[in-house]
Amino acid sequence: MRPSSLALGFLAVLVAICLFIFGHFFRLTVEDSPKVTANRALVEKLGLTDLALFTEARYTRHPTQADLHSALQDHPGAFDHFPSGSLLPPPAILTQSHAHLAGKTTSPD
Amino acid sequence: MRIWLEKQRHLIDFTLASLARRKTKNIGLLLAYTLLVFVLASLTLFTQALRTEATFVLAGSPEVILQRMVAGRHDLIPPGYLDKIGRIRGVQKTEGRLWGYYYDPVVKANYTFMARPAEEIADGHIMVGNALARERGLALHNTISFRSYAGKLFSFEVSGVLSPDSELLSADLVLLSENDFRKFFEYPAGHYTDIALSVANPQEVRTVAAKLSSALPDSRPILREEVLRTYQSVFDWREGIVLTVLAGAILAFAILAWEKASGLSAEEKREIGILKAIGWETGDVIRMKTWEGLLISLTAFLLGFIAAYVHVFHFGAAVFEPVLKGWSVLYPKFTLVPAVDGLQIATLFFFTVFPYTAAVLVPIWRAAITDPDAVMR
Amino acid sequence: MIELSSIKKAFNQGQPNEYWALHGIDLTVEAGKVTAFRGPSGSGKTTLLTIVGCLSRPTHGRVRFKGEDISGLPERFLTDIRRQSFGFVFQQFNLIKGLSALENVILPAFPTGRPRAELVAAAGELFDQLKLGHRSAAKVEWLSGGEQQRVAIARALINNPEVIIADEPTANLDTALSREFMAILEGFTAAGKTVLLTSHDPLVVESSAVHRVVGMRDGRLVDG
Repeated sequence: MRPSSLALGFLAVLVAICLFIFGHFFRLTVEDSPKVTANRALVEKLGLTDLALFTEARYTRHPTQADLHSALQDHPGAFDHFPSGSLLPPPAILTQSHAHLAGKTTSPD
Repeated sequence: MRIWLEKQRHLIDFTLASLARRKTKNIGLLLAYTLLVFVLASLTLFTQALRTEATFVLAGSPEVILQRMVAGRHDLIPPGYLDKIGRIRGVQKTEGRLWGYYYDPVVKANYTFMARPAEEIADGHIMVGNALARERGLALHNTISFRSYAGKLFSFEVSGVLSPDSELLSADLVLLSENDFRKFFEYPAGHYTDIALSVANPQEVRTVAAKLSSALPDSRPILREEVLRTYQSVFDWREGIVLTVLAGAILAFAILAWEKASGLSAEEKREIGILKAIGWETGDVIRMKTWEGLLISLTAFLLGFIAAYVHVFHFGAAVFEPVLKGWSVLYPKFTLVPAVDGLQIATLFFFTVFPYTAAVLVPIWRAAITDPDAVMR
Repeated sequence: MIELSSIKKAFNQGQPNEYWALHGIDLTVEAGKVTAFRGPSGSGKTTLLTIVGCLSRPTHGRVRFKGEDISGLPERFLTDIRRQSFGFVFQQFNLIKGLSALENVILPAFPTGRPRAELVAAAGELFDQLKLGHRSAAKVEWLSGGEQQRVAIARALINNPEVIIADEPTANLDTALSREFMAILEGFTAAGKTVLLTSHDPLVVESSAVHRVVGMRDGRLVDG
């Protein structure tokens, strides 16, 4: 067996597996759509706003619902006690909604 | 064409025979390379699938959620707020929501308690998320007791376990009736955790939010689009520890690859001289080395990508679990629906295959243009 | 077959360490004959061979191969001519370590794109002629000096060149192996090949297999 046949054959097998994977992607996407649709229905029914990925702190369990200071209890840039805190930065919307505090007030002071 | 093909196969034969001479070193390099692609591809696939799924399912979340803020903290909605909102034009429906957190010292886990209307759940009953049921060993009609923060013991009968397919959303949920919720947390009557609003016309959402802010200055409206945006950037691994850790690995690999690929030994230079003397053109030498770079990087890319796919979509990204889990006791078990972003794959391909091939080629270029008579001297 | 006119070759031209290896060589090499260049080391024998074999270009002068001026051709064409018409046996053999004898022999034919099966068959024939058949799968560094040289010879012959160029072919061989080499050399003449070699080994230059001896000293031809 020529080395090149082996190597090219191996590459061809890998490419074939990759193509199969992409085929699989689309099949799964179709197959799993009822599951995802059911999840969306649950979200609508319960009014859920967040994924239950990290349950250890308010701002990781409900990043979209947390208040500004729950994410920044230690220090705005601090890596906190929880490893996931370093995966999940304080959501931008938290600081945005407080941006008006830096500007002029609409009512007289 | 046939001749061209045969010639390329000869070059591949030669480059493989050369690689086989330092088998351990080259296989080690291939493995390290594959591992790097594996980690990067796993991250890409995982975050992409998670984002896609989050975007899809959370598109069903309430259009606006109104929170009240006191001293920078999320506070209870006092009575009367619901009425004030009702008068704002464009708001179709308002619903006072009740939810909160409970720490279960038995398994050292945080639960999310959420009140549901009486027609869904009767008093004295709860529905629980699947991860919670698994952790506490709960099944249908089991009874479970929680000691409230005020010290009183409450017993509930499990009247339903939420579908395992929804664990990503409902792992830690405890659904109970409004009466039970208020009693359990001693929640003041008439108060709510926050308010969910339906807005009929999606174009009016921003206007409604602005009206809410001026009518209730101590409140903060959270729009659905903000929820979605948060999950678009979640696991944006350019930030945070993953990239920090990975940067070291990438750098180490870059040094390894550069050293391996660019450190042309005297031996290799001599070989190039021999090849040129016996009739190889400069182009042939460069093509041969290009094949070397391509074979190694393509194999590593494909192997790494396939392994990453299996890892993320068949083993639930088990390698990341310890990192993602953090201190969570209730970690949802979920299989993501595969989602592929062609551009991301292309980027990954470009950044893994191209630099290595280039690192192989640059020094060869310089060596290959030397005079072929060097071997006779 | 090969005509050299007023060939001069300088190394490091224009730099302080400029060195002229050849000072005007005029020579005609006949086809089908064995020509030996004899001279002390540093006399320019090897440099002359590299110019004849299209490995390098002369600084001055012309090289005609089969009537065609090749001294001004670009590298690509020189490489083509070198591959088709010249086979080299180097003093240090210059085999590629770690590859088998067979792989080494078929290397010069890779750029031609001839099918591998054909190359392996051709190499097998050469191995049989050189009594190396049993060693074809062995890695070259495991071969003895004589075997290595025969692998190098087989490699020089794989593209069936008209001219064989050998630089000090017997320098690393004992007497018995040197005689064996001279026998192979006679086989080349019988096959109609032109051979150019350098040597200061009396066994070679005084052998009946060599038709012409050209003496060299300090980059010039002297009477053989």
